Parts: sequence; structure tokens; C-alpha cells
Amino acid sequence: MENEKYLNDLNEIKQMMNKSSRFISLSGMSGILAGIYALLGAGFAYSILYQNTSITADYKNLVLTEISAIKLVAIAFAVLVLSIITGFVFSINKAKKQNESVWNIASKRLLINFLIPLATGGFFILFIIEKDFMVLVAPSTLLFYGLACLNASKYTLGDVRYLGLSMIVLGLLSTWFLGYGLLFWALGFGGCHILYGSLMYFKYDRK
Amino acid sequence: MLNIIQNINKAFDHRIRLGIMSILMVNENADFNMLKELLGVTDGNLASHTKALELEKYILIEKQFIGKKPNTKYSATKAGRNAFIAHIDALEKLIKKS
Repeated sequence: MENEKYLNDLNEIKQMMNKSSRFISLSGMSGILAGIYALLGAGFAYSILYQNTSITADYKNLVLTEISAIKLVAIAFAVLVLSIITGFVFSINKAKKQNESVWNIASKRLLINFLIPLATGGFFILFIIEKDFMVLVAPSTLLFYGLACLNASKYTLGDVRYLGLSMIVLGLLSTWFLGYGLLFWALGFGGCHILYGSLMYFKYDRK
Repeated sequence: MLNIIQNINKAFDHRIRLGIMSILMVNENADFNMLKELLGVTDGNLASHTKALELEKYILIEKQFIGKKPNTKYSATKAGRNAFIAHIDALEKLIKKS
């Protein structure tokens, strides 16, 4: 009897510590969907980039016309916006189900710690595009997104940490194997999102 | 056994006080509304429990103004942190004993 009370107390402490410092309404399903958007985007990008050639050909011969460059930016932007909207909608729903507020100290902290490395990466990538280091764009998106996830993981579900680490590894690999950026990009933003999204979905959402 | 029971801190022997301390252990500070929202308690209830913890010198209460709105900030003191850690240790040991 007494024992049960002590156990309850400990559970209460743990729960309150988590609830007050981490945003736990992050939805696994939105990760899966973001992965699918990324794969579709990568597919479109592939068809634009490698119309007359294949990814195994020498990447230095890749010619990027202005129109295809604009198309690529549009695809990337669409994937980003869709993923963000999906993430917000699913998290709001999950928070409502769990009777938690969406906009609280924990979610603000999560957002700011995620956005600082991500915005740094955004500017970095804009600058290297301006300087014509196109080949580094894909590796940089993977690296900065990975670092952003790693930083944000302290303020949300722990699984995000492993998503971040996977992205960083893929980012480094794609820096080494320059020219296969799109492949690593699809593997990271598509594959990893679907993998970790499903893990989180089965771990937390399906109950 | 007696030793362990002595470490069970009477000041934390209440769900709300336990909650307040748990929140302040992992957050640098928290304001009144944040505590209220997380714990789901009424203003008066929360005020009386924070006062009790302040009397024990386990938490620090700072009153200030943000613009024209009064804002009360709570943080755990060093003594509060140590006492809470001892309390958790005692709980864990009691569970392991039986």
C-alpha cells in the first residue's frame, strides 16, 4: 500500500519533469508524410536534373539551365512548406488528444533550438549557391538539418536525436561522395524520416 | 529502514508540492501561469503550496513587472534541490527494500 504511493510519487515526478521541459506531442505520422513528400520531390528533381544523362555519369558535366534551377527551388520549397504544415497540423491534433497546450514553454524552446542551426544552414546554403558551389548544397542541407535535430532533441522525444545523428552521417558521406547529393538527400530526408517517423508512430501514437 | 524514512521529506508529501519541485528541478525558473497550467490547480491552491515551499526555503519567489502586468517567478534554491534529490533517493530505496 505504502509502496504503491511511493511508486506513484516517483512516476509523478518523472512525468512532470518531462512534461515541463520537453514537447512530447511531436507526431510520428507527420515524419512519415514528410519522408514521402521528400521522396516525391527527389523523384521530380531527378527527372529534371538527369533528363539526358544519369546520376552515375560524371557530375561535373551536369548542366543546370536557369529554368530547371527555378524548378528545383520550387520543388524544394514545396516539400519544405508541405512538411512544415503537416508537422504543425499533426502535432496540434496530438496535443489536443493529450489535453496539452501546443504553444507553451516546451514547444517554444523546441522551436527556437531547432531553428537556430537550421536558419544558419539556410543562410550558408544561400551564400554557397551565390558563389556557385552547387555540389555542396545537398550535403549542407543534410548536415545542418541533422545538427538542428540533434540540438532540438533535448527538448522533445529522444528519438529525434538518432534522426539527427543519421542525417549528419549521411551529410558527411555525401560530402565525400560529391555528385551523388540527390541520392543521399532522398535517403536522408525521405528514408530516415519514414524510418524514424514509423518508429515514433508505433512507440507513442498507436495506443 | 528508520534512516530512510527520515529522509522522506514531509514538505514534499503532497502531489502539488511534488509537482512544483519536479518542474523547478528541470527548469531554471517558471512563472505562475506555467505552474498553474502544468499542474492543473486553482490560483489559491497553488499560492498556498508555493508559500509552504518558500517557508522551507526550498524555492525562491521573485515578484516583478513585465510592462504593467505583475509576474511572479519561481525557482528552486540549492537547499531545495538537495532536499528533493534526497527525497527521490529515499523513495527509490524504499521501493527497492520491499
